[in-house]
Amino acid sequence: MSAAIRFLTRRKGGKGWHWTDIVTWVWLIGGLFIMFGPAVWLAFSSFKTPQGLAEFPPSILPYVTQQVKVEGYEKPLMLYNAKMPDGSTRVLAEVRRIGIVSQMVDPKAPGEVIKVNIGDRQPVREVFFATENYTQPFMQFDFFRYLWNSVFVTVTATLITLIVNSMAAFALSKYEFKGRNLAMLTILATLMVPLSVILVPLYSIISTVGLFNSLWGVILPTVATPTGVFILRQYMLTIPDELIDAARMDKASEWQIYWRIIVPLTAPALAVLAIFSVVWRWNDFLWPLIVLSRRELYTLQVGLSIYAGELNVQWHYILAMTVVTMIPVVVVFIFLQRFITTGIAGSGLK
Amino acid sequence: MGSITLTNIQKSYGAVHVLHDINLAINEGEFIVFVGPSGCGKSTLLRVIAGLEKVTGGELSINGERVNDVSAADRGLAMVFQSYALYPHMTVRQNLAFGLENAGMPKAEITQRIGEAARMLEIEQYMDRRPGQLSGGQRQRVAIGRAIVRRPTAFLLDEPLSNLDAELRVSTRAEIAALHARLRSTMIYVTHDQVEAMTLANRIVVMRAGRIEQVGTPLDLYNQPANRFVAGFIGAPHMNFIEGALESSNGTHMLRTAQGDVLHLPQSVAPGAPITVGLRPQHISLSNDQSGFAAQVQLVEALGSETVIHASAFGTKLLAIVPGQRRISTGDTIYLSYANAPLHLFDQSGLRIATVQTEDGHSPTFV
Amino acid sequence: MSSPSHTPPRTGQLKPKTDWSSVVLAPVHFIMGLADRPLRLLQKRAGIGGMAAFFLAPNMLIFGVFVLLPIIINLIYSMTGGSALFLSERSFVGTDQYAKLFDCKSYLDPMSCQEDAFWTAVGNTFWFVVLQVTLLILFSLITALILNRELMARSFWRAVFFFPVLLSPVVVGLIWKWILQRQGLLNFALYPMGFEPYTWLSDRTFAFAAAVGVSIWAHMGFYTLILLAGLQAIPKDLYEAAEMDGTKPARIFWRITLPLLMPNLLVVVVLALIRAVQVFDEVFVLTGGGPGTSTLFLTQYIYETGFVSQPRNAGLAAAASILMGLVLVVLTLVQLGIGRKNENKGKR
Repeated sequence: MSAAIRFLTRRKGGKGWHWTDIVTWVWLIGGLFIMFGPAVWLAFSSFKTPQGLAEFPPSILPYVTQQVKVEGYEKPLMLYNAKMPDGSTRVLAEVRRIGIVSQMVDPKAPGEVIKVNIGDRQPVREVFFATENYTQPFMQFDFFRYLWNSVFVTVTATLITLIVNSMAAFALSKYEFKGRNLAMLTILATLMVPLSVILVPLYSIISTVGLFNSLWGVILPTVATPTGVFILRQYMLTIPDELIDAARMDKASEWQIYWRIIVPLTAPALAVLAIFSVVWRWNDFLWPLIVLSRRELYTLQVGLSIYAGELNVQWHYILAMTVVTMIPVVVVFIFLQRFITTGIAGSGLK
Repeated sequence: MGSITLTNIQKSYGAVHVLHDINLAINEGEFIVFVGPSGCGKSTLLRVIAGLEKVTGGELSINGERVNDVSAADRGLAMVFQSYALYPHMTVRQNLAFGLENAGMPKAEITQRIGEAARMLEIEQYMDRRPGQLSGGQRQRVAIGRAIVRRPTAFLLDEPLSNLDAELRVSTRAEIAALHARLRSTMIYVTHDQVEAMTLANRIVVMRAGRIEQVGTPLDLYNQPANRFVAGFIGAPHMNFIEGALESSNGTHMLRTAQGDVLHLPQSVAPGAPITVGLRPQHISLSNDQSGFAAQVQLVEALGSETVIHASAFGTKLLAIVPGQRRISTGDTIYLSYANAPLHLFDQSGLRIATVQTEDGHSPTFV
Repeated sequence: MSSPSHTPPRTGQLKPKTDWSSVVLAPVHFIMGLADRPLRLLQKRAGIGGMAAFFLAPNMLIFGVFVLLPIIINLIYSMTGGSALFLSERSFVGTDQYAKLFDCKSYLDPMSCQEDAFWTAVGNTFWFVVLQVTLLILFSLITALILNRELMARSFWRAVFFFPVLLSPVVVGLIWKWILQRQGLLNFALYPMGFEPYTWLSDRTFAFAAAVGVSIWAHMGFYTLILLAGLQAIPKDLYEAAEMDGTKPARIFWRITLPLLMPNLLVVVVLALIRAVQVFDEVFVLTGGGPGTSTLFLTQYIYETGFVSQPRNAGLAAAASILMGLVLVVLTLVQLGIGRKNENKGKR
């Protein structure tokens, strides 16, 4: 702790606060709020009831007005702190509102109706997490279906990517054959051809092979990632060729060399690719939006955007589902941050 | 079993010829060392024998059977690599078992063979470690162990000692020699270190630029080098070479250098021909009287048991090794003699014409 | 990527550990082992070179069908007309689609063009690229410089700025849509200062600014990370030497830090350009291209022309995407050029 204080109070050159120290801390603290703030705000908001969401100015924590069962009234009544004409405050339950006058009763003595000006009453509020925002979409809407579709697409695409890319990278890094440079060059050249440039023809190909409105139509075009081949190949080039010679002398077949020697030794690069592939495929939006036109096939991203784009936006559900969509990525981020950051810094991939 | 025959072996990568017309017969149980400077093709030759490289021409046969088109896995050879090439993600035990498992050997036999090899190489206590947790010497033993368990027709060793420190290199060298004596299998050993070659080999193959320069026992190569290259390569420090032209007058023969210095020779070849005389540093002695030839001392290395003298004479640098400790210092003029020494005469193309023994008193005179 | 090491560090521990990974992987190994027998036969027939083709085939097949083939077909598409999807049913129109895109009375006024939406999208995309890339690089550079200082818990701060990079564009769009709406956080923050709640995203200028700002927010961490890696690769002794010479900090920045960071900076700029040209997902969710066409960008134009508008005009969309592709190819070539130059520098 004392080390922390010493650090925090240490200044450049030890000559008092240099302006750069101030800029640094302003920038960092500001960054903390701007970067984390929106997501945290969203997470808190997702627990609010529709009434809570419509409130202005909004509160940070999800509040609801306390309610109470009062004898003689069927429905639970809202509780308010009402200012009495004599200056004292009493906790009263509102029966009904007429204009600017609220008719209230004391929950303990419900017989007498007290009239209070609505300006003189404040709702009694408590923190309340509206978990039904989360449970309802899964039960009433298709969100469970969307979640399953997203998981299926992500896991399948990542597995295929890892196998197919690593095999290609193995061939391109450890074999001499005609056309090797040509293959490598084509892959490099398309490293930067984005999906948006080939949307139309890709859509016609997917339709031709009958993959329109199929999750495989979402998966297949994404699995042969040039980035994946590229980083795996770079990594495999650092594996000594003598190991492969040794394995050949040890009577290993080429498939065994790939599976028993190359794949285990490429594990760190495969892990990085796996993480990225999961994030990519989980976040994919435009392509699934084009290929999937049936509601039961939507992925989370498509489902969310469709619901959010509807005229009557049910924000309390949208926010909750946004949080659900965010969770896997946040989990990946918390546990695998080191892998991701070193992966990016080393190869500039995203 | 374990004879290997190479007939007119050629290897080229595109237009680059790496091996030219290699002919060699390796006998069963022989310890053969390929030696030569780096880039001479010795490692390529080994990889060709192993089957890791395909030959471009010629015929390779093992035990009388042509194996040109047999894959590395099916040649029945085992190889120890320079970097050891141990599988880093497998334990020592798994490393040793990998090849046997691939051959479909029953588990019991694998266990038995691994146990035997581990005992022989004293690596039993490391069996569950990974290569990264072993020292260089231990890794080296595992690499040899991986070859031994295969019980190969022949062992191929590619500079196996070059990654070890000097001390370990000497002891491991002795162990490899002992291993060969015990297993009696054919071993082909590649090195650029002529001391390793001399100490280990039954026969040495000296290579240069993709060609075999000479094949012979270590002492053959030392005493009768086929050419100037072999003479310079075998023996440490290198042989001294003095260049000049042969002259004869009055029945005495001598070599006259470009500077006009004269070296007396006991035997004449064709007079007038430019030749090179080779003289090993160990065969030069200090002459107490001034009967030898004068030399200017440039550097003295006192090793205790012997003294290495770098001197200049005959217009060239000359190295002499004399036993014991001498009081000589840089700048001195000393007298050296090559009495009772073998002189190797090479013709202009570098081929050895003759090796002659000098006699007492055959010291050069200065004109 | 971290410098690869294939050997675990020497730990010297003797007791054997239970290797759980091998237990978990046992079934996978079994399946892969089953593949070995047929593949050995294949290797016998095809040789080692043939196995290279075998390893390469699946990736190249998928790659060819879903990446290469579309690139070629796109060219043909852009020269056909009609609303049919399949090429065989489409009529050849030559360069008509391109002519249509370029049919303008004045190139400075999108409204004078036949395809006014295209030129609006081009104009929007241009200004977006200029603004977004400039600010993005500026903010990333400042953040990287700050993170490169002697900082407590640097990896935490790095994580703070990096965090939005992994969020899906849809989530990013929704987060900000929620914040910028009428009852949102922005209005709440401005309320005490006397501002009345405002529907920000219905304001043309602000919606555009929000598109720029949100995409910077979402991608800044990525570029910060690359620049930080570049800064950390600058040898410390250079700074020490400069300090010994009594060089002023500003001069150190301009004469040492910036020149040595230049290769990374150039790569980052080109990468950012390439990405900015393709802006779509998060803005589409945030504004839907509106209000009006104020945040309509090229990719959205292509998407809507080819897939949403009735009748679909795939030929026009293809032509527009090829024009966009040309810009990207040029940028990519620039990047490869820079990469090669850097490599050569490294060799010297």
